[in-house]
Amino acid sequence: MSFPWANHYQPTNPFMRWMDEKLPLPRFVYNAIGAGYPVPRNLNYWWNFGVLAGFCLMIQIVTGIILAMHYAPNALVAFDSTEHIMRDVNWGWMLRYAHANGASAFFVVVYTHIFRGFLFSSYKAPREMIWLLGVVIFLLMMATAFMGYVLPWGQMSFWGAKVITGLFGAIPLVGEPLQIWLLGGFAPDNAALNRFFSLHFLLPFVILGVVILHIWALHIPGSSNPTGVEVKQESDTVPFHPYYTAKDGFGLAAFLVIYTAFVFFMPNALGHPDNYIPANPLSTPAHIVPEWYFWPFYAILRAFTFDFFFVPAKLLGVLAMFAAILVWFFLPWLDTSPVRSARYRPMLRKFIWFGFVPCMAALFYLGGAPAEEPYVMFSQLAAAYYFAHFLIILPIVSMIEKTKPLPNSITEAVLAKNGAAAAE
Amino acid sequence: MAEATIDNTAVADGDEGGVRRRDFIEIAAVSFGGVGALATLYPLISQMAPSKDVLAESSTEVDISAIQPGQAVKAVFRKQPLFVRRLTEKEIAEANAVDVSTLRDPATLTEMTKEGHEDMLITMGVCTHLGCVPLGAGEGEVKGEFGGYFCPCHGSHYDTAARIRKGPAPLNLQVPEYEYTSETTVKVG
Amino acid sequence: MVRLIGILVGIFFSGWLLVTLAVGFFTWASEPKVETAEHVFHEHPKALHLASDGPFGHFDLQQVQRGYKVYKEVCSACHSLRHVAFRDLEQLGYTEAQVKAEAATWMVPGIDPVTGEDTMRAALPTDYFPKPYPNDVAARAANNNAIPPDLSLMAKARHNGDAYVYSLLTGYQDQPAELLAEFPEAKTPDGLHYNPYFPNLNLAMAQPLVDGQVDFDDGSPNDLDSMSQDVAAFLVWTAEPTLAKRHATGWPVVLFLLIATVLAYLAYRNVWRNEKH
Repeated sequence: MSFPWANHYQPTNPFMRWMDEKLPLPRFVYNAIGAGYPVPRNLNYWWNFGVLAGFCLMIQIVTGIILAMHYAPNALVAFDSTEHIMRDVNWGWMLRYAHANGASAFFVVVYTHIFRGFLFSSYKAPREMIWLLGVVIFLLMMATAFMGYVLPWGQMSFWGAKVITGLFGAIPLVGEPLQIWLLGGFAPDNAALNRFFSLHFLLPFVILGVVILHIWALHIPGSSNPTGVEVKQESDTVPFHPYYTAKDGFGLAAFLVIYTAFVFFMPNALGHPDNYIPANPLSTPAHIVPEWYFWPFYAILRAFTFDFFFVPAKLLGVLAMFAAILVWFFLPWLDTSPVRSARYRPMLRKFIWFGFVPCMAALFYLGGAPAEEPYVMFSQLAAAYYFAHFLIILPIVSMIEKTKPLPNSITEAVLAKNGAAAAE
Repeated sequence: MAEATIDNTAVADGDEGGVRRRDFIEIAAVSFGGVGALATLYPLISQMAPSKDVLAESSTEVDISAIQPGQAVKAVFRKQPLFVRRLTEKEIAEANAVDVSTLRDPATLTEMTKEGHEDMLITMGVCTHLGCVPLGAGEGEVKGEFGGYFCPCHGSHYDTAARIRKGPAPLNLQVPEYEYTSETTVKVG
Repeated sequence: MVRLIGILVGIFFSGWLLVTLAVGFFTWASEPKVETAEHVFHEHPKALHLASDGPFGHFDLQQVQRGYKVYKEVCSACHSLRHVAFRDLEQLGYTEAQVKAEAATWMVPGIDPVTGEDTMRAALPTDYFPKPYPNDVAARAANNNAIPPDLSLMAKARHNGDAYVYSLLTGYQDQPAELLAEFPEAKTPDGLHYNPYFPNLNLAMAQPLVDGQVDFDDGSPNDLDSMSQDVAAFLVWTAEPTLAKRHATGWPVVLFLLIATVLAYLAYRNVWRNEKH
């Protein structure tokens, strides 16, 4: 679907006309991310992160395919082949650091993109499907990132593999056989490393497929916007190209400055030193933590320290950790407010900025902190707020809050903003 | 511009010079993007070239003291076979008896060996046709119709100076760069 | 329905966490805090400044060469350097011939070309630094049950690794009297050695380096502090020989992208000049 005033693709030369008849790929691109896609004119910088996420996926696929040309997925040589990449392969150090920091960059961008969704209720109808596919992408990313971190076969790789597969061991009855099946053994070894490598290579392409569905679903209702008011007329929109290609180009360049600064000047800042020690099944590092992007969920996992009657604390923690992400699937139905943007939802806005944001900041910090007091108590508090925010506060607030009046249209909002700016 | 309405997207700036300057910025920005993308290709492509450890192995030393006339050894140079063969008087005579001008890839035995060591024939063990390893260096292997080497893949025959005499191969067996570091040691590469 | 179930699930998770928190708090508040000797006496690494620090960091090759000499004469008796090949020494400013001669002073395992028996031969530039012990069991047996770790990546395998190495080498001392008074059970066991920079305070390695142990050809200072810095600098190099190239590549890349960002911003403003948003 598109708006009736969308530009129509008109091939200008005979070759493009011939191409359009045989394989209308240029037309497809034109309508997807070209001048044929009308986009609300009032998108702010929060809306840059979707394109950035797509770019990060491309960085990871390109650098990943190259690393796979030099890496050897065998427990005997995996660590050494990683060092071979760092020392001997031409530009290998740059490609590996680009991939390792690319994973972090991808998560920074995607977390921002998801937060944009919370702030502007992008998950609401008619965009539920986009949101659901987005959560699927995020889950796939987590699986891919986890398996990728195992590949260098350092201490954190090994113990990460052991602890994360151990989560499945918490499931009653089938847990232990399931964990052994996942690893292909009683502890991570060659079988686990090989299957993780295979899946780590496969999953990015699955992600790419779901990303295409995500964008397809986006083009049905069109992009949302900061007012949350749907597009009503031609003056509400501008063509994606050149307006948003230009804006995304600027966002991309700015992103690359920060990203390359990490790659070239602090490539190990987000990693853990213990992963430069080869995997040793006989000795656990003193302080094991997953990569930073898992910390909020790791904090929730560790917050459960007491059995609930017959449910062991270990299982409870695992359930809560998965529930923390799965709850996102239900947001479109938990939030019943007729208004989307938090701009016009003063109560939700306060809960997001003064409740959810500090809660996430705390979970990020606490997930990386040692499992000792007082950190555990703080993570219990933060995790309690996390669940309360989505499952209790959001449904209740969306029912009781008195929203601010919405503008009649995007055009009206833009004119009001520009008028206010001109009057200053 | 405060009075402009929102949908007059095609307002001319009324200043041709200004428009040109502004277009220049867009061209510059896109050009920068193009240059950056091209520069990024360089490491992505050069990573496939041989890595440092591979390049470091590209010289091999061979001890020739134990090779008797009529014997050959196979050494390894750049992960490929290297034939080191001490010729007999008869083989040298055969090689020198050939009229060089009739050869497909003209070369004398002197050109195929080093001065003072005309009896040491050092060549790659790689057929110049499609890269198989010719027979003739190992004990009891077929040496072909000309007493040198014979490639069983497509039937190329080399003579006792490793010159191509019959079959599809276009060139003589390749003589790698090498030098005698002592009377009994050859450094190849 | 979704909301009702959601609220119930929310109340369950949040409620149980708050119950746990309350119980945990009372336990934490009522139980006496147990301090450990490691917690009180462990020290963070001393400040160390090397040429390789910071975004302009590069290698002080003279210092790295001195560090190599200390490694060769002292550390290599027990510690391997398995990711480094002799050919890599060329990056320290040695010529190909010097590297070949240097490699030949090391013995590596080989096989007798005639009988095929295990033997030792002089190393070639393509060889990697040899292991001092044939296997882990031998390493343990010779070192009071502790395996001396490989040093190739030590500077990256510890937080602040270069300063850690420097602090550890210079940090050997007698156990403080206060420690023994406060934690009598934390007395350093026989065969271990007290060092406040080691995570659990006692390590199997005896003080390896003392003043004047290694002589440098150019007469550089060979007191314990200087040599420890040299070793740290050497291990920064072994951990990442490409560090200097990384910095040298990074600056043009980041500067190029900064200019590109400014241009992209101007182009973006230019495209939008007639559109309100």
